[in-house]
Amino acid sequence: MMTIDTNAFLIIFTASLIAISCGLLGVFMMLRKMSMTGDAISHAVLPGIVIGFFISGTQRGIEVIIGAGLLGILATLIIDWLRKKAKVQLDASIGITFTLLFAIGIILINMLAYKVDLDQECVLYGEIAYLPIDLWITKSGFSMGPRITWLAILNLLLVITFIWLLFKELKLTSFDESFGIVLGIPAGAINLALMSMVSYTTVSSFEAVGAILVVALLVVPPATAFLWTKQIKSLIKLTIGIGIGISVIGYYLAFWLDSSIAGMMVSVAGFVFLTSAVLKSKKSKFKFGTQSKEEAFSS
Amino acid sequence: MEDFLYFFSFQDSSILFIVMGITLLGIGSAYVGTFSFLDNKALLGDAISHAVLPGICLGFILAGEKNPFFIVGGAIFSGALATFLSSWLKENTKLSEDSIIAVILSVFFGFGIVLLTMIQKTGNPEMAGLNQFIFGNAIGILEEDLWVYGSLSLLIILTLSLLLKEFSLLVFNAEYGKAIGFPMKGIRVVFNILMILSVVIGIQAIGVVLMAALLITPGAAARFWTDRLGTLLILAALFAIISGIVGTYISFIIPQMPTGPWVVVSLSTLALISFLFAPKKGVLFRFISRQSYLKKTHKEHVLKSLYKAMEEQKSGLQIQELLSMYPVHKTETLKSIKTLNKTNQLTVKEGFIELNESGKKEAKRIVRLHRLWELYLNEYMNIAPDHVHDSAEKLEHLITPELEELLDNRLNYPKLDPHQENIPRDHDDH
Repeated sequence: MMTIDTNAFLIIFTASLIAISCGLLGVFMMLRKMSMTGDAISHAVLPGIVIGFFISGTQRGIEVIIGAGLLGILATLIIDWLRKKAKVQLDASIGITFTLLFAIGIILINMLAYKVDLDQECVLYGEIAYLPIDLWITKSGFSMGPRITWLAILNLLLVITFIWLLFKELKLTSFDESFGIVLGIPAGAINLALMSMVSYTTVSSFEAVGAILVVALLVVPPATAFLWTKQIKSLIKLTIGIGIGISVIGYYLAFWLDSSIAGMMVSVAGFVFLTSAVLKSKKSKFKFGTQSKEEAFSS
Repeated sequence: MEDFLYFFSFQDSSILFIVMGITLLGIGSAYVGTFSFLDNKALLGDAISHAVLPGICLGFILAGEKNPFFIVGGAIFSGALATFLSSWLKENTKLSEDSIIAVILSVFFGFGIVLLTMIQKTGNPEMAGLNQFIFGNAIGILEEDLWVYGSLSLLIILTLSLLLKEFSLLVFNAEYGKAIGFPMKGIRVVFNILMILSVVIGIQAIGVVLMAALLITPGAAARFWTDRLGTLLILAALFAIISGIVGTYISFIIPQMPTGPWVVVSLSTLALISFLFAPKKGVLFRFISRQSYLKKTHKEHVLKSLYKAMEEQKSGLQIQELLSMYPVHKTETLKSIKTLNKTNQLTVKEGFIELNESGKKEAKRIVRLHRLWELYLNEYMNIAPDHVHDSAEKLEHLITPELEELLDNRLNYPKLDPHQENIPRDHDDH
């Protein structure tokens, strides 16, 4: 019934949805200088996924999402505890937390390997290519289309609602946390809410792109956009554009080279990032003989 | 138990080999990691360890098999590229360091996955060994590979030990090093090479994803026990060795279990113990010392109030009066009265409290410190008399006898504080 082309469309469509959800959250993570915390969360949700998977017996269970969400919040709290109470420096706190939680996740997968059908490679890299055959069948036996696409749509809707509702608060606390607190914005709660959204997005996307490549989608498109613009609205628009672009190019390159789609998306994103960095770097401007105002001040 | 004896008696020479290998690479990465931790660059190690994946795959593709030289070469190449890119991006773009590291890490890893899936699809039978790089498998390291990795570890340890002074300069005060004529840029390059090398050999046992732990955690944990660099390095190495052996042992008794996660779990356990129980810096120790400090201040406040009552020609205070002076600290005040009573510094008779001789002496000392400090602030810092009280409230608990002597001397053994109150001394009564 399905031709290659509808498959291609579905995969690209889903990949774009995931890239947009991640990118939108990633913009705020980047502005808060919390990109590495995002990285830590996406590693740290692993034990939550495994435990949820073990309890519900299926990847589709709500337990998986709850488990991962809880672990994501737990990771944020551990990082905070290590930094504030034990007085470990921030980067080391992040490193210690995510490696520990990820290690526990891998151990759990290996211990439960015979009881759950959860393959560590699937968790790590995901396989979006299988998406068209993983259908959502209703009880009456009617096929609603690929399950992961529906998950991605739901996720994007939630992310958009979240950002639309809390845009002002997110913006303020990202740029000037103390000013936000003075205005009466509960910065801690906003931060936790953002982290919960990141954990949820990680879980919802890991089947398709894998837990580690979610990080790339969280970090690379916003960072690339940041090289071109400093305005938050154009930052968001550009991030969305880059997300869609890398999904399209990544898919066709992966198809052509017979390789991992998610990995290829990230490689394309990396290429776009590097090109932008070279084009927008201080050195290249110097080469072209022009000097921006900011540079005139700093030199 | 049998397994345990078999493993730790080292009857099997290959186990002895592997344990020696793990020990060497543990020391190497703990050394390098501790320096980068002190340099506040802990996460650069994380970026490098993810970034070596594409290099390993490229080395594999070029050699067509799991040749240690090609793999180490490829890994060094991509690790070096990642290090270079991260410092280039830091200098030439406005991105924060944390975004740069996250970008490098995820892009290199993503590209590594692309290469890995491409190799997988070629169906090369040697491929199975490549997956070990993701999570590490110490038991699976071949003996001839072990020679390569072991000697590289030795090289790292030797270089670091010989250039200890240069690297300490690098992490503690690079500017100063430059000023006294050390080639700091060159030293940084050497250090980065060592870091890449230690990652490359570390991932054999730990895997690329978790390698960061072997670099960061030993140093961070050891930092809680000591302030001396030498002790710090030895402790960090010790932590790494212990967890390395634990991880190897577990993947020896449970064959399908990768080594890396267990090394990380035991390292983190050691770190947690350090964070909680280390003397001086540990959470528990700091909590206890804070509690005892608070107790001491409460006690001293009670003594002070009683002394001030005596200055107003009262012989003592009712408990109720004393409690009403510190309305938010009622329980603490009652406790302090009890302990002071026990140490015989005051007597409580039908709810009326009087200072004993030793209590009076101690109270005098506190009041004296308070007023001396007020006078010092007023005379030497030119702070108005109505602004000196708060600072003195804090310092009265902290000033040592030596400092007291110095203050007294500097102020020429004064009689009155800025509020024209008497500065009490032990020989006043005589």
